[in-house]
Amino acid sequence: MTDRFLSISKVNMSFEKNNTTNQVLKDINLEVKQGEFISIIGHSGCGKSTVLNIIAGLLRATDGVVLVDNREVNAPGPDRALVFQNHSLLPWLTVYQNVEMAVEKIFKRSKTAGERKEWILHNLDMVNMSHALDQLPSEISGGMKQRVGIARALAMEPKVLLLDEPFGALDALTRAKLQDEVMRIQGELQNTVVMITHDVDEAVLLSDRIVMMTNGPAATIGQILNVDLPRPRDRIKMADDPQYNHYRHEVLSFLYEKQRKVEDFDKHRMQRAQKSDSAAAANA
Amino acid sequence: MITADNMDQLANPAIRKKHTPLIETAMFKQFKKSMGQLVPPVLILALLLLIWETLCSGEGARLPAPSRVLDETWELIIDPFFNRGGTDVGMAWQILASLSRVAYGYTLAVIVGVALGVLVGQSTWAMRGLDPIFQVLRTVPPLAWLPLSLAGFQDGNPSAIFVIFITSIWPIIINTSVGIRNIPEDYRNVSRVIQHNGLEYFWKIMLPAAAPYIFSGLKIGVGLSWLAIVAAEMLIGGVGIGFFIWDAWNSSRISEIVLALIYVGIVGFMLDRLMGYIGKKITRGTSAS
Repeated sequence: MTDRFLSISKVNMSFEKNNTTNQVLKDINLEVKQGEFISIIGHSGCGKSTVLNIIAGLLRATDGVVLVDNREVNAPGPDRALVFQNHSLLPWLTVYQNVEMAVEKIFKRSKTAGERKEWILHNLDMVNMSHALDQLPSEISGGMKQRVGIARALAMEPKVLLLDEPFGALDALTRAKLQDEVMRIQGELQNTVVMITHDVDEAVLLSDRIVMMTNGPAATIGQILNVDLPRPRDRIKMADDPQYNHYRHEVLSFLYEKQRKVEDFDKHRMQRAQKSDSAAAANA
Repeated sequence: MITADNMDQLANPAIRKKHTPLIETAMFKQFKKSMGQLVPPVLILALLLLIWETLCSGEGARLPAPSRVLDETWELIIDPFFNRGGTDVGMAWQILASLSRVAYGYTLAVIVGVALGVLVGQSTWAMRGLDPIFQVLRTVPPLAWLPLSLAGFQDGNPSAIFVIFITSIWPIIINTSVGIRNIPEDYRNVSRVIQHNGLEYFWKIMLPAAAPYIFSGLKIGVGLSWLAIVAAEMLIGGVGIGFFIWDAWNSSRISEIVLALIYVGIVGFMLDRLMGYIGKKITRGTSAS
């Protein structure tokens, strides 16, 4: 195992819109070991999805370097497979065909047709979706769609698996079940995983380290928390575990004390007050 | 003797039930359901025919009543495949001739329309350049193109095909480009992660993702081309349902016009349903037909 399997160094990101530069990310530095499970947590709008998209290669950082297994990231690729928040299955393809589309393209040369078929079935079996191979995405539940999304990403044999709020759109029970399965699969395959989340329990339960981001604009990494809990982790036992609750407390206090999200209307009120102040000053 | 007392008893369902067991059977319920679907249109149609019959059966009526239409066109109805040479052929041949013109013009419109729609949907530059032209040209009535195409082709048949082409292409272009522009960013991202090349993206993501839009354009297009063919054929002559109607008018066979209109309506309806069905099959139900 290498200590710098995924490394993000000095990444800045700014978008230009109407001639004003809007800095979203400032000086992001992070090193991820092979086989590590990292969560990135922060308030909505802090740019955590932007970080993931830069790792995926879907966005290019304004400056800074992302290395995966000592190779620079400058385009999207199957070595950084992505699980999307809204599953993004192609609605005209069946469950099997959705995974097949990725496998056929990526392993066209390295696997025979028989091996590819077996590999597709193996990955769908891993997420317990073997029973619905010929069903269309519209015919299965939200949780099942996300399972297929995970199978599609796993089937790409990624070096780093990227999860973009993968359980955000699911109900609490389905979410818990899928979290358990992701933990089990990660335990078996020892994938390197980077997950975006805004759920504190999810972050503590799944991660080896939690990366907490400050609020934007110009968001950066505020604190990194090592979650030193033995695996496999059991959510029911964890609920009573003082260590677990300590980590939970750490994340909560970061999010709600140190980085309390200032609501927009507060900002507007302040701006208005400032404006009337300066107007008054001008009149005087 | 019926009194207020036993009238109450008749209305009581518990008592009535014993006397009417047939209503309870599944077969009867099924029958009732399909009757519910069938009865209203048949009833309305019968009513309309009755009104028509009464209006047109008086002395000096200018249009034929349905009974007279049936009487005068009976030979055409029972023998749709006769062929006495020239334009004197059965109704089936007339309609097939029109359909084949539509098939040529419409097929061309589908190929060119989808290609242009993809171009306009993909490239902002092409959209800025072409969209204003499309918006103006699509409002030109189909028949207005006919003289120009007659001048260009010097022949009736290709001119009619061109009119069909130019009529049905606009909804195909516009719907295709909207479909392409509405492809979710996520599908594009999936394709980028898998590293599809341009051609693979076109076949595997772009066309299927835009298919529901494309098919709604195709459906509108086929309807418009059937609308245009009748008018175009009236002017170019030859075998075809449009000229059949014109010819019937010139020789005062009003009943035959009525029959032709019914056939035109039914064929148009079937074309529309056919496109809807194909769209539904190909897009696997994601297309609203």
